[in-house]
Amino acid sequence: MQAVFPLTFAALLFSAGVYGVLSRRNAVLVLMSVELMLAAVTVNLVAFHGLVTTDVGDPLLSGQAFALFVMAVGAAEVGVGLAIVLLLYRNRATVNVDDADLMKY
Amino acid sequence: MSVPDLFMLGALVLGGAAALLVVTARNVVHAALYLVVALVAVAAAFLWMGAEFLAWAQVLVYVGAVVVLILFGLMLTRAPIGPMAQHNENRKFAVAVSVGLFALLMTLIVTTVGDATLDVTPVRVADLGEVLYVQWAFPFMVLGFLLTVALIGALVLARREEGEGPLPDEGPDDARDERERAPASSDVTSAPGSGDAGQQIGAP
Repeated sequence: MQAVFPLTFAALLFSAGVYGVLSRRNAVLVLMSVELMLAAVTVNLVAFHGLVTTDVGDPLLSGQAFALFVMAVGAAEVGVGLAIVLLLYRNRATVNVDDADLMKY
Repeated sequence: MSVPDLFMLGALVLGGAAALLVVTARNVVHAALYLVVALVAVAAAFLWMGAEFLAWAQVLVYVGAVVVLILFGLMLTRAPIGPMAQHNENRKFAVAVSVGLFALLMTLIVTTVGDATLDVTPVRVADLGEVLYVQWAFPFMVLGFLLTVALIGALVLARREEGEGPLPDEGPDDARDERERAPASSDVTSAPGSGDAGQQIGAP
């Protein structure tokens, strides 16, 4: 398989995630964009695992092991992130990230 | 172009379109459902690259758990369901940044990787498990500890504490007070517990 295709897929997912993080107002939608970026990273890790396997070999399967770690950390991140969003909603009655500007100035 | 390339191209097109819809959809629930498609496409890409365990873990963890958690988050925060403006004033800046980033990444990928090929022989789950529980054992335990801490932390954060700020879903108290006061002032003979009868008698 050509290495260009999975890497292009990852770049597309990551760019879409960056756009979502910068432009979305709802905090839950920002979290979804972060999930897209994490998925892009895991695709890259698995693709580079395959690339390294053709060159020098990867006896520790480090690409796939790291992708698994990234998935677990992403699951933990979305749990804590949603708890923070719920706390923000309870205290300020909004999930608009532009309104959470208490420490801005 | 070989058959695995075509499969990967299909995952690229489907997942890329779904990802773009996730960040541009005007309906928040539609965005969450497009996220399902994007994450399933990522799982398909894992399968085509020979990472079978990761593909099914992706389906279970992300499509099964994380998206449901996000939908619960949307419901609990009473996000306005339905089409509405979800973007802030940074939109042009965000488009410029993400398109520039994509162009930079594609230039780097094409110049450095070129036409290199991937080894897509499937990694057996038994091999991955053996490596994970022997060579990666300590990072794996740290990961379990991190998940436990994150779970407890999320519970502590989301728990409602005594005397915390006003609840946004409680209406003004005036309406309830008027409802309680109305039967008492309508008729002096209405005993407690017979509010309906008292109201009917006292009604003009």
